[in-house]
Amino acid sequence: MTIWTEILIFTLMLTNYRLLATSRLAAMIDTMVLQALTLSVIPLTLAARPWPLELLALTPLTLGVKGVLLPWLLRRGMREAGVQREVEPFLGFSASVLAGIVLLGLSFLITRPLQSAALQGAHFLLPGALFTTLVGLTIIVSRRKALTQVIGYLAMENGVYAFGAALAVQEPLLVEMGMLLDVLVAVFVMGITILHISREFDHIDTDRLSELKD
Amino acid sequence: MLIWTVLIPALLGLLAMVVPGRRLRRALLGLGSAGHAGLVARIALHRAPMPAGAWIGLDAAGLLFLCIASVLFIAVSIYTLGYLGRESGRTVRDAEEGFLIANEPEAIFIGCLLLFLATMSLVCISRDMGLLWVAVEATTLVSAPLISYHRHHRSLEATWKYLLICSVGIALALLGNFFLAFAGRAGHAPLHLDSLTAGAAALDPVWLKAAFIMFLVGYGTKMGLVPMHTWLPDAHSEAPSMVSALLSGALLNCAFLGILRSHAVLTAAGLGAFSGELLIFFGLLSMGTAAVFLIRQRDYKRMLAYSSIEHMGILSLGIGLGGLAATGAMLHALNHSLTKGLLFLTAGQILYFYGTKSADEVQCALKRTPLTGFLWLMGFFAIAGCPPFGLFVSELTILKGAIDAGRWAVGSCFLLVLAVIFVAMARTVLPMVFGYPAKEAVPSQDSLPATAPPWFIGPAVAMSTCILTLGLYIPSFVWRLVSKAALLSGGVR
Repeated sequence: MTIWTEILIFTLMLTNYRLLATSRLAAMIDTMVLQALTLSVIPLTLAARPWPLELLALTPLTLGVKGVLLPWLLRRGMREAGVQREVEPFLGFSASVLAGIVLLGLSFLITRPLQSAALQGAHFLLPGALFTTLVGLTIIVSRRKALTQVIGYLAMENGVYAFGAALAVQEPLLVEMGMLLDVLVAVFVMGITILHISREFDHIDTDRLSELKD
Repeated sequence: MLIWTVLIPALLGLLAMVVPGRRLRRALLGLGSAGHAGLVARIALHRAPMPAGAWIGLDAAGLLFLCIASVLFIAVSIYTLGYLGRESGRTVRDAEEGFLIANEPEAIFIGCLLLFLATMSLVCISRDMGLLWVAVEATTLVSAPLISYHRHHRSLEATWKYLLICSVGIALALLGNFFLAFAGRAGHAPLHLDSLTAGAAALDPVWLKAAFIMFLVGYGTKMGLVPMHTWLPDAHSEAPSMVSALLSGALLNCAFLGILRSHAVLTAAGLGAFSGELLIFFGLLSMGTAAVFLIRQRDYKRMLAYSSIEHMGILSLGIGLGGLAATGAMLHALNHSLTKGLLFLTAGQILYFYGTKSADEVQCALKRTPLTGFLWLMGFFAIAGCPPFGLFVSELTILKGAIDAGRWAVGSCFLLVLAVIFVAMARTVLPMVFGYPAKEAVPSQDSLPATAPPWFIGPAVAMSTCILTLGLYIPSFVWRLVSKAALLSGGVR
């Protein structure tokens, strides 16, 4: 079991570097699919067999929402807003990767005192979760395009989800489904807003949305 | 029966999105608000004991906020019906810059308005922190389309900031949920409020504290606590006025309920001092920052938004202090919602009459449109905490609570900031109201009648009566309700 969990966690960490390093939105969305795949399988590798029924129901749901529906919405948003690349982010791509290395180190440092809290066999899951959350936040604050920020938000959400897996939080199925629905609707509403922004402004550069201030 | 407070507006809202015909849709809005209010009144009068362990249930705090939301929604829906009659289905001129804009389809607006009520009701009746989180996140999503009703560059910018900042904040609150569940890993149903408070002594204090910090950051973002408040002035100033009234009067309360619930868990676990001090600090910080931005604030809708930040700070301060101040804070929530509703609905009228959000260009409102001007002036005195209005009583109660607790420094900071805010707001509001119209100023709006139609003015008049009544006399059932709600955060009986 453990070896599979660890392979998946390292995949999760590597997907974060891919998110930080690429400028192509299509590549970022593909990476999100991979991330969703690892995230939905990790709880299975951690749980004792026979797998509880709730988990068996939840895994395909998570995979369906995070791995299929959300990327589909993002690709549609890309097409409609006519955006292919993140151009000139506030933090360059190589600098982002370097920042990612620092963040990974920090994540290990911060979660070290908490290791006893994590599930047996998931020593790297807590730092992995924190790392994913921090990478999501980094993407949100360091990129210009609204669509890239949505991807950052999703990465952050994935990180928080991984925390839930690491701490073995068993929420009722209803709440878990509500959470997935919320993320789905969030990306849907953000996509519509981005569409209106691109129609109104002919761009989706959020740094140029700066008229309202005191 | 409780679940119908969510289902009625939700179903009507979904229906409003698909039915053809303007009249039918507007009838659905009226039906939704009236049905919800009737149901809430019935539930409030015949309260069944809460079944232990159920997903939904209504304690005093939930009932208080549910009533506030319901009352405010009635006022807002009356205003909305008049507003849509004026704005819907045609291109309108932007009030500030004069370009033409096409509004959002009415079906989406009314549908989202009703769904907004449904999600806020769900926040109020949730007994499970997980369900509460789902509901709070849902309020963000269904209210975002309301902010960009006028689809232009400013409102879209505000909507984007609102969506992104609040979603990120709420994601952190989810982390708080996980920490909280982990703190109570020994017990069953780890996020249910009943089991959390019952087994509070067994909760792991370190993880509990971490959870509270995440809740404070997450729900605090939604509530508008400084420094996570940056979305709030933009969204409140760009949304149509009745939406701002709902955001400020009902939505911020819902986020506050999230913080209140987690504070109650920490209080039950004996960590009330830790969370209380944090709440006092962020409360005073919010009040102080709001005061700074209120000085020289020339946009009167932004002024109201910063005033909301100030009052959320007061709520946080009140429950942080506990005791009598917590009771005062609950009363304050009620008074603030009604007063802010009055002010935003009146601001919408002023915006319509003068065609500007700049306070400098609004003059002699008392002469130009006497009733609206009077309500605006009255709302200002009420929100600044002058007697004989309700907010005076609740602020005095909080101050007394601070002094009772021996927190002289906190009490004096509170008073000082309130004084600064009074002067700052007076310098914006009073010139708007008084004075005589200059001869040469002949704006095009002079063709408008001096008094707004009853559906614009009626809700504001009703709310002004309420806040005046609450200042002069607090009915015993209101006092019982607020003191019971305050018990959650260590109030006095």
